[in-house]
Amino acid sequence: MPAVTETREAVEKLGQSSYKWGFETEIDMDLAPKGLNEDTIRLISARKEEPEWLLEWRLSAFKAWQQMTEPTWAKVKYPPIDYQDAHYYAAPKKKPGPKSLEEVDPELLRTYEKLGIPLHEQAMLAGVELPEGETARPPVAVDAVFDSVSVVTTFRKTLEEAGVIFCPISEAVKDHPDLVRKYLGTVVPAGDNFFAALNSAAFTDGSFVFVPKGVRCPMELSTYFRINARNTGQFERTLIVVEDGASVSYLEGCTAPMRDENQLHAAVVELVAMEDASIKYSTVQNWYPGDENGRGGIYNFVTKRGACRGARSKISWTQVETGSAITWKYPSCILQGEGSVGEFYSVAVTNNHQQADTGTKMIHIGRNTRSTIIAKTISAGQSDSTYRGLVRVLPKAYGARNFTQCDSLLIGDRCGAHTVPYIENRNMGARIEHEATTSKISEDQLFYCRQRGLSEEDAVGLIVNGFCRDVLKELPMEFAVEAQKLLQISLEGSVG
Amino acid sequence: MNAIIKDPSASLVPFKARLDAVTDPARRAALGALHRVGLPDRRVEAWKYTGLRFLNETAFATAPQEIDRVKARAELERLGLTLGEAASLPRLVFVNGRYAADLSVEPENVDLTFFSKMQAFGSLSSPDRDALTALNAALATDGVQLTVPAGIDAGRLLLVSLGQAADPISFHPRHSVTLENGANLSLLCVQSGEGRYLHNPVMELSVADNARLQHLTIQTEGDDAACLATLYAQIEEHGSYDSFVLGLGAALSRHEVHARLNAAHAQVHVNGAQRLQGRQLGDVTSVITHAAPDCNSRQTVRNVLDGQSRGVFQGKVLVERIAQKTDGYQMNQALLLSETAEIDAKPELEIYADDVKCSHGATVGALDDEQMFYLRSRGVPEAEARQILIHAFLAEALGLIPDELAQTIATRIMELRFPVTGEA
Repeated sequence: MPAVTETREAVEKLGQSSYKWGFETEIDMDLAPKGLNEDTIRLISARKEEPEWLLEWRLSAFKAWQQMTEPTWAKVKYPPIDYQDAHYYAAPKKKPGPKSLEEVDPELLRTYEKLGIPLHEQAMLAGVELPEGETARPPVAVDAVFDSVSVVTTFRKTLEEAGVIFCPISEAVKDHPDLVRKYLGTVVPAGDNFFAALNSAAFTDGSFVFVPKGVRCPMELSTYFRINARNTGQFERTLIVVEDGASVSYLEGCTAPMRDENQLHAAVVELVAMEDASIKYSTVQNWYPGDENGRGGIYNFVTKRGACRGARSKISWTQVETGSAITWKYPSCILQGEGSVGEFYSVAVTNNHQQADTGTKMIHIGRNTRSTIIAKTISAGQSDSTYRGLVRVLPKAYGARNFTQCDSLLIGDRCGAHTVPYIENRNMGARIEHEATTSKISEDQLFYCRQRGLSEEDAVGLIVNGFCRDVLKELPMEFAVEAQKLLQISLEGSVG
Repeated sequence: MNAIIKDPSASLVPFKARLDAVTDPARRAALGALHRVGLPDRRVEAWKYTGLRFLNETAFATAPQEIDRVKARAELERLGLTLGEAASLPRLVFVNGRYAADLSVEPENVDLTFFSKMQAFGSLSSPDRDALTALNAALATDGVQLTVPAGIDAGRLLLVSLGQAADPISFHPRHSVTLENGANLSLLCVQSGEGRYLHNPVMELSVADNARLQHLTIQTEGDDAACLATLYAQIEEHGSYDSFVLGLGAALSRHEVHARLNAAHAQVHVNGAQRLQGRQLGDVTSVITHAAPDCNSRQTVRNVLDGQSRGVFQGKVLVERIAQKTDGYQMNQALLLSETAEIDAKPELEIYADDVKCSHGATVGALDDEQMFYLRSRGVPEAEARQILIHAFLAEALGLIPDELAQTIATRIMELRFPVTGEA
C-alpha cells in the first residue's frame, strides 16, 4: 500500500503535476493470446488449476456477457472498447517451486519497493529501518496483485493463528473450495451487469478474506493492485466473508504505468457480513488518470457490493477516488439483516479530462436498517464528475433511516459537477433525508489563507482538505495522510 | 438513453388511424420523430418511474363535435368558478380540447386568437426529443394563442379544460401565451372531466424583459383519465415566471415543465403539490435550464400519498457554462399515509459553471409521531389530527401561490376532493 509506508517527504519530492507511479517494469510475462473466447477462459481456468464447477461458472458468465450490451446511462463518454483487443491473462513468469519472497523476481520486488509497499515482513516487524522522525506503524498484511496474479501475501502466519484466512482468491479456490463456492457470486451474481459478467468470465486473481465467528482481525488487511503489462485488462475479484460477531478492516490501493492507450479495469468486490459482523472497506484509487490532454489512463468499471445478511451487521465503504480516466463505480449495501447499517463515504476528485460517475446504492430490506451517505465531489480542469446514488426502501423496511449529503466543489469554469440521486421509498415508516450543494471555493476563505502567506495552491489544498474532512476522517490513519497528499497532487495546476 | 425499443410504432397503435390521416407537412415532421422513437417506455431514463400502460389498453378516438353544455355549466359551478370573485373573471373554456365560446368570457387588453383559426406551433417546444409533444403536434386541433402587449397588466385569466368522454377519446390542446416587455398576467388553469380520456396539452410560455407571469394549474381530472402535459417556458431579462401545479386527479398524470432562463436576472419558480390516493400515479417533472448569468430558480414540491398511489418527482437543474452567479434551490418532500404508497424522487443537478450556489433537498417520511401525540393529548380525535397535519403540510406549499385568489380557488378545489372533515 502506498499509504502505508509512503512518507510525506517522498510525496513532496514530486516536482510538478506528474503521476509518480507511472513507471513500467520490465519483467518476463506469461501472456494469453489477445481476445476473449471460451478458449481463453479455459486457459485461465487451467493455468489457475481450477475445479470444474468454477470453469462452468465462468463459461455461463461468458455466455450471459455475450448477450449483454454495455451500459450507457452513466454520464461518461469514451470511444467504443474493443474487448477482443486485450490480453485477458498476464502473469509474471515464475519458476515452479515454493512461493517464498526469495523466489520472486527481484525486478518485481523493486517495483513494489518503488511503490512503497512493505512486502518484507521482518523489516516491518522489527520496525528498525524507519527513517528518523517517523513513528512505527502497526503492521499491515498485504496481498500484492501484479497484473493478473497475486505475487505475495504477507503476515499469513500471524493471521492463520487468529483463524483469519487472507490469501489470493486463486489459492482459496484450491485450499478452501467449499467456502469460495458457498459465497462466490452470491452478492454480485455472474450476470449482474455487463462488467460484472465480464469479470466473472475472465477474473484472474484477487483477494479472499474469511474471518470466522467472533474473531476481530488482528491487523489491517490490504491489497495492492498494479496493472503493468501493455494491452492487458485487470479483472480482479475480491471476496470478503465475515462471520457472526467478527470484524475486519480492509484497504485497497492501485496504480498503473503511464501509457497513451486506455486500459480496462473491471473488478468485482463482494462483501458478506453475518450477524453482528462488521466490515470496513477503504479504497484509495489512484490508477493512471491520463495526461493533461486526456490521452491514456485507466477505465475503471467496477462493481462493488456488500450484503449485510445478519442482524446488526455493518458495512462501511470509504473511497478516495483520484485516478482513472473514467470511473464507473457504485459501492453498494444490501441491508437485509434487521438493524443492519450501511455507510458510504466518498471523495472523488477529477482534473484535466477525467470523468467520474460514482456513488452508491443503499437497498433497505430489513427493519430498522440505517444508511449514511456522505459524498464529496471536486471537479477541476475540464473534467466531469457525477454523483449518482440510489436509496431504495422496500415495503418491509419499517423504521428504515437514510441520510445523504452530497457536496460538489468546482474549481475553474471548464469543468462540470453533477448530482443525480434516486430516492425510491415504499414504506411509510421510513425516513429519508437528502441534501446536496454545489459551490466554488469561497473568495473569503481563499483571501484569508493568502493573507496569512499561503500560496494559492496551498490554500486550495487546505480548503479542499477541509471540504473532504468528513470523509477523510473515516479512513484508517495511515491512509488519511496519504489521501490528503493525493488530493493536493491531483489538483495541482488547476488554479492560478 | 439508447433504450432499445423493438418496434417504436407498436406504442402508437391506440392513435394509429388518426396519425395515418395526418397530411399537413409541419405535422408530418413531428410525426416522423414520433415514429422513430415511439411513446416512451420505462427503459427511457426520463420515464423510468412513469409507465404509459394506460395508453396501450384502449384506442383513443377523436372527441365528438357536440358537447353537453348543461353538464359543462354544472361542472364550472361545482368547481366554484361561478362563485364570488371568480365569477367575474374572464374565462376561456375548452371542452374536449375545443374552444366553447358560449361558455367563455373573453379577456380585454390582450391579443387573442385560436389554434383552430391560425395554426402556429411556436419555437419553444421540442417534438424531436419529447414524444408526447410530438403526439400533440400531430393531433392538435385547438388552443389559445394569447399575447399580452408591452406594458399591459392583463390581470387574471381563467383557462378551463373539461373532458366529457362517453367512449375513450383523446384531445391535444396547443396553447401559447406570450408576455411582451413589462406585461403582467395571472393565468389560472383548471382541468377537470369525466370518463376515460387522454388530455395531452402542450403550452408554450414566453416571458419578455421585465414581464411577469403567474401561473397556477389545478389538475383535478376524472378518476379514469390521463393527463400528460408538457410546458415550455422561456424567460428573458428581469422577467419572471412563477408557477404552481396542484395535482389531485387522473389515474395517470404527468406535469412536465421545461423552463429556460434566457437572459440575466430572469427568475423562475416551479412549485407544486400533489395529493393522491387509490391507485393514482402522479408525476411532476421539470428541467430548469440556466442559460444566462445572475438568474435564480426556486422549486418546492410536496406530495401526500395515500392508498396504493405513487408519487414521482424528477427535477433537473441545468446550469450552463455561461450562467455564473446562478442561484438555484430545489426541495422535494413527501408524506406517506399508507403502507402501500410509494414515492420515487430524482432531484438532479447538472452544473458547468463554477461560481454558483445550487442546492437541493429531499425528505420522505410518515406523519410525525410527536405532532400526532401533541394533538391527541389535547383531545383531538385521531382522524381529525391526521387531517390537521396533512392540511398544514399542504397549506405551506399552497402558500407559495402568489395570487391570493388563485390560492383560495386551489384550496377550495382540493377540499372538493378531500373534504376536511368526515374522512378517516
